[in-house]
Amino acid sequence: MLVLGIESSCDETGIAVYDTDAGLVAHTLFSQVDTHALYGGVVPEIASRDHIKRWIPLTRECLEQAQLKLEDLDAVAYTSGPGLAGALFTGAIAGRMLAWSLGIPALAVHHMEGHLLAPMLEAHSPSFPFICLLVSGGHTQLVRVDGLGQYKLLGDTLDDAAGEAFDKTAKLLGLGYPGGPKVANAALDGDPERFKFARPMTNRAGLEFSFSGLKTAAMTAWRQSEQSARDVADIAAGFQAAVVDTLAIKCLRALKQEHLTTLVASGGVAANAQLRNLLAKRVARIGGEVFYPRLEFCTDNGAMIALAGGLRLSGGQKPEQHFEVRPRWPVESLVPPQAS
Amino acid sequence: MKILAIDTATEACSVALQCDGEIRFRDTLEPRAHARVLLPMIEELMAEAGLSPAGLDAVAFGRGPGSFTGVRIATAAAQAVAYGVDIPALPVSSLALVAQQAVRKHGIEHAAVAMDARMGEVYWAAYSCLADGLMQLVGDERVLAPAAVTLPDTPNWTPVGSAWAVYPEALRHVRAGGVTQAAVTLPHAQDILPLAKLMLQRGEGVAAELALPVYLRNQVALTEAQRRTTD
Repeated sequence: MLVLGIESSCDETGIAVYDTDAGLVAHTLFSQVDTHALYGGVVPEIASRDHIKRWIPLTRECLEQAQLKLEDLDAVAYTSGPGLAGALFTGAIAGRMLAWSLGIPALAVHHMEGHLLAPMLEAHSPSFPFICLLVSGGHTQLVRVDGLGQYKLLGDTLDDAAGEAFDKTAKLLGLGYPGGPKVANAALDGDPERFKFARPMTNRAGLEFSFSGLKTAAMTAWRQSEQSARDVADIAAGFQAAVVDTLAIKCLRALKQEHLTTLVASGGVAANAQLRNLLAKRVARIGGEVFYPRLEFCTDNGAMIALAGGLRLSGGQKPEQHFEVRPRWPVESLVPPQAS
Repeated sequence: MKILAIDTATEACSVALQCDGEIRFRDTLEPRAHARVLLPMIEELMAEAGLSPAGLDAVAFGRGPGSFTGVRIATAAAQAVAYGVDIPALPVSSLALVAQQAVRKHGIEHAAVAMDARMGEVYWAAYSCLADGLMQLVGDERVLAPAAVTLPDTPNWTPVGSAWAVYPEALRHVRAGGVTQAAVTLPHAQDILPLAKLMLQRGEGVAAELALPVYLRNQVALTEAQRRTTD
């Protein structure tokens, strides 16, 4: 079965074709990151305006790469939430109506389920059950994954998402947008030991996160510093070390609590090299293994949406009867394909 | 000629289907339900006409101005059908739809269309009816403060559109010509059809990816550099 995936929940337009027998066939992506950098963050209306211009050219290009025609497709899967409402509407309506005009099934996909399953796009992929760290500009969650649609939320952030904390700290340090790569880059020359930021919420039990205090600590350090290039690098390094260490501590705690040894890290922040190194090291120590999507599939993309849609359809999920966009949609409310 | 028409640019949501000589339509005024009700309404019309998507000759839509998300719902839907079935898309101004409705309902020849654009502004355009019964734009479509709206003294313009009731004071200066109010406030997809037919005959259909919204309000945020200048 050939499934077209359409992703438009934030500032990336992603299109892909996934073959339920042979895996990913082709994918195309346009990231608006350079546009939003001018504004210091994502402007939802600008994101929506861009999606509607891009989705068809990207789909044509994707099908061309796959050497397929629209008529070859068996289903369309589109992101229906969570995300920015206006951005979601564009891709979701497009996907639903494209399926209708082709006379094929359409399936609404949960964006975070896409991220959860993204490592399964790789040849060496994890098997259920596993713990997934979903970490991006909008989310910081630990989820126990027992199978497709079997998700238990173990921990969430009480305030900022990790990626959001990176963005705000980058802005503070004058590094620009998006914060993740900018802070990571500045930290390369920094001394992570000079500013020892506390690892929030690690000194108490539980799997919750909180990053707003860390962001404030970085701000205080910055105000008290001479604000030199060295201070930028050192604060960036100290901040990154604190976020990464905190995430790793909670991942290990979740594995231990659930008696599991397989970890998946997905979402934009999972592209952070320090985080990857630290997780690999610590999970290896308990005899486990960490799986990541390839870097380009850590951030938003159409491939993970086509994959999630394909797995659900081949798992027996009925195409949807009614259309809905869900800007807020808890991942733990999902159910397995047969039950949907 | 078989044309599907979609308009979701305002709080009204409507679809219409021209199937040779017959016209069918559906509409609703349910707020924030456009995306949910759109496809069921289209499916009803198509089923009644015994038509499948592949039987369509073109898909027309209200391309704005209007609610940004609303305009994109109709646009994305029309793009998808045009792309999926490989037929031309026909983008029609939402303001022209209101003017065309004034012809249909009241035989009005000259319409001054003002739609509420929020933020203290109106979407504004003047239309005059040609011999073929189709409204033609006079001047430009604009988004501006109601007080800044101007209109030639002649002909005798009829105010139509939702903004006249929202800004009665601020628009008073353009009503001075002794014109009458008409009960034409929101666009309807059935008024796309006569305009779309002509566009299709003239070969004015566009490829799916070139069927794009017209927002008129084009600055929606300030860049950091612009904010620094403003401060």
